[in-house]
Amino acid sequence: MVIYGVALLAGCMLVGLWAGDVLGMLLGVESNIGGVGIAMLLLIFLGGYLIDKQKMPPSTESGITFWNGMYIPIVVAMAASQNVAAAIDGGLIALLASLVAVGASFALVPALTRLGRPEAPATADVPQSDTPVNKVASRATSASKTNKRTSSAKRSRHARPHHAR
Amino acid sequence: MLESLMTQLEKQHLIAAFALVGAAMYVSYLVSAKLTNGRVHGSAIAIMVGLALAYFGGITTGGSKGLADISLFAGLGLMGGGMLRDLAIIATAYGVRFQEIRQAGLSGVIALFLGVVVSFVAGVAVAFAFGYRDPVALTTLGAGTVTYIVGPIAGASIGASSDVIALSIAAGLFKSILVMVLTPMAAKRIGLDNPRSAMIFGGLMGTTSGVAAGLAATDPKLVPYGAMTATFYTGLGALLAPSVLYLCVRAIF
Repeated sequence: MVIYGVALLAGCMLVGLWAGDVLGMLLGVESNIGGVGIAMLLLIFLGGYLIDKQKMPPSTESGITFWNGMYIPIVVAMAASQNVAAAIDGGLIALLASLVAVGASFALVPALTRLGRPEAPATADVPQSDTPVNKVASRATSASKTNKRTSSAKRSRHARPHHAR
Repeated sequence: MLESLMTQLEKQHLIAAFALVGAAMYVSYLVSAKLTNGRVHGSAIAIMVGLALAYFGGITTGGSKGLADISLFAGLGLMGGGMLRDLAIIATAYGVRFQEIRQAGLSGVIALFLGVVVSFVAGVAVAFAFGYRDPVALTTLGAGTVTYIVGPIAGASIGASSDVIALSIAAGLFKSILVMVLTPMAAKRIGLDNPRSAMIFGGLMGTTSGVAAGLAATDPKLVPYGAMTATFYTGLGALLAPSVLYLCVRAIF
C-alpha cells in the first residue's frame, strides 16, 4: 500500500529530526544537528533492509518515489518563497563563492585521480576494463560473494529512481 | 466570475501552488531543451525562475516571503516550507546503496568529503570577505555553496534569516550552472575521460544536475559514474553542514 511507503518515510523523518534536536541539546547548541542527514541514513538502512527482505512491493515503493520526484518542484517553490529582494545586493557573494568552490573542486580532480592510482594495480594486477562491476568483482575475494554483490549492485542501479539535484 | 476563480485559488492555495510550479517547470524544461540544447539542466532554470518570481513578489509586496506574500500564491510557502522540503529530500535517499560507494573506492570517499568541505570553506571564506561575521549566516552561505539544498537545510536548522537562505540557494544554483557549463571545457585539462575520474569528479562537485548535464555534454558514457558518487553528496552535506561544520565555524568565529 502506498501509505506504508509514505509512513516509512515520515517515520524516518520524525526520528531523524528528533535525534537531531536531542543531539543539539546534548551539545548545548540551540539548533537541529544534522537531523535531515540522520533521517536519510535511516531510510537508506531501513529501506535497504526491507528491499533485501522483499518487503517493498512497487505500491509501497511508490509512496516514497513520489516524494522523491517532487524534490525539484518543492525546491522551486522554496526558491520562490524566499526573501530574494533583500538578498539581491549580495548576489556577487553567491557568484564569487560558487566560482571559488567550482575552481577549487576542478583543480582537485586530477590530484585525487592520481592519488588512488598506485592502489589500483594492487587489487587487480591484470589490466582490465575499468567498469565498476569489474572493480567490485576484482575486489571481492570469495567467488560466491562476488556473484551476490555484483548482481545486487547492478539491480540497485536500475532500481534507483532518477532525480536531479 | 473571475473573482470567484481568484477566491478558489486563494482557498486551495497548496493546490494552486502545485499547478503554478508545474507550469513553471514545464516552461523551464522547454527553455532548457530548445534554447540551451540541454546544456543547462531544466531544474536549474526552474530554480532560477523560482528566485526571479520571489524577487518579483518581494518588490511588489515589500514582504519577506517572496511570491508567497501575494495571497494568490500563499501555497508556495507551504509547498516550499520546511516540512515538505525535508520530506522530499529524505525521500531522495531511498534506493541509495552503500555498495555503490565501494565501487568508487577510497578516492571516491575522499572526493566526497573533500568536495563538501572545500565548497563549504569557499563559501564561508567569500562570505567572510564580504563582511559576514555571524556564524549562522557564514554556515548557511557555506552550506549553500555545497548545494542549493544543503544551504536551506542548514539555515533552517540553525535559524538563519530568509535573505541569507535565499543567497545560499543562489550560491548553490550558480555552482550547479557553472559545473554544467564549464565541465565540457575543462574536461581534457582535468583528465575527465574515464569512469574512475568521473566518479571522483561526481564526488567532488556533488551537484547531481550539474554533474549529469556537464558529463552528458562531455561524454554521455560517463554520466552514470559521476551521478553515482554525486548521489551521496547532498546527504553527506546535510549531515555535516548543520553539525560538525557549524560547530567548527562557531568555534572559529
